[in-house]
Amino acid sequence: MCSECGCGHTKKILEVSSKILEENDLQAEKNREHFSRHHILAVNLMSSPGAGKTTLLEKTADLLRGEFRIGVVEGDLETSRDTDRLRARGVPVVQITTGQACHLDAFMVHEGIHSLPLEDLDIVFIENVGNLVCPASYDVGAHLNVVLLSVTEGDDKPEKYPIIFRSADLMLITKTDLLPYVDFSIERAVKLAKTVNPSIDVILVSSKTEEGMEEWLNYIKKRLGA
Amino acid sequence: MHEFSIVQNLLDLIERYARKNRAERVTEIVVSVGVLSGVEPHLLKVAFDTFKEGTVAESAELVIEIEKLDLRCRDCGKVSGLEEPRFVCPFCGSLNTEASGGDGLILKRLEMECHEGSAEGKN
Repeated sequence: MCSECGCGHTKKILEVSSKILEENDLQAEKNREHFSRHHILAVNLMSSPGAGKTTLLEKTADLLRGEFRIGVVEGDLETSRDTDRLRARGVPVVQITTGQACHLDAFMVHEGIHSLPLEDLDIVFIENVGNLVCPASYDVGAHLNVVLLSVTEGDDKPEKYPIIFRSADLMLITKTDLLPYVDFSIERAVKLAKTVNPSIDVILVSSKTEEGMEEWLNYIKKRLGA
Repeated sequence: MHEFSIVQNLLDLIERYARKNRAERVTEIVVSVGVLSGVEPHLLKVAFDTFKEGTVAESAELVIEIEKLDLRCRDCGKVSGLEEPRFVCPFCGSLNTEASGGDGLILKRLEMECHEGSAEGKN
């Protein structure tokens, strides 16, 4: 009986240790296996809005054409503009309109991949919602997590948003063609990123001049086992 | 602001434990939030208090414990437990540090009211 009021209830304290995002993590693992079964490399692209994810994908699609077949899972809050840009290049794209959600989770990606012709693909890029905070907490089931940092955003971002830089395998410093016009220290950005994540790789790239694109493509190809 | 999504997962977990133990209501839950989990404790609380309405945890209080980040300085050798995601050694200011822990997001404990004799045994 309840010791406080004699109401006939018993108080019970249950010690558990349950990961709150366990369901998402399990689904993410399934997604990863699903991709692997199809011999597909899945790459999660994360960045703030406007860092150049879609432009990088357009250029990547152009340069890989004839060599590797890519597909894209496109997370966007509302419009289908990014999807249209990629489709115009003949890339199979499935759009996930997240509405108010600020990130993609493993369940959304799972739904998305069933609409892609996986048998015909070598690489699937998951273009996450433009946001340097929320996507960091969700494993979507990619093999490779990439964070883009454009030089117009400032070199202090790895320190300001350490969690997303910690979750990434690779930091792509983008829009390097704009370096002469902005106060962005590559050295400082790399140092800060390495501080929060000592094992993070770094590649400098400009989708406009194609500087660094070869290094980026080689980085992916190496993981494809190609 | 992904704390709203996280609270939905948390409430699902709570409902599951409550059902399993035939609890009438959940009165307190304890959650451990790592400083590198990407979750803002204050926003988690706001989201929890918004979404608990109409659930078994309607009257539950959310207690948040912070899981610290352990920072070992490779220069001065000191180890610090930090309650914010910073990677600068608080003793010597060095950036040459190694971080561990602090990335958990865990439901640790539930306090609930069950009908006498109805609760299942140990879990």
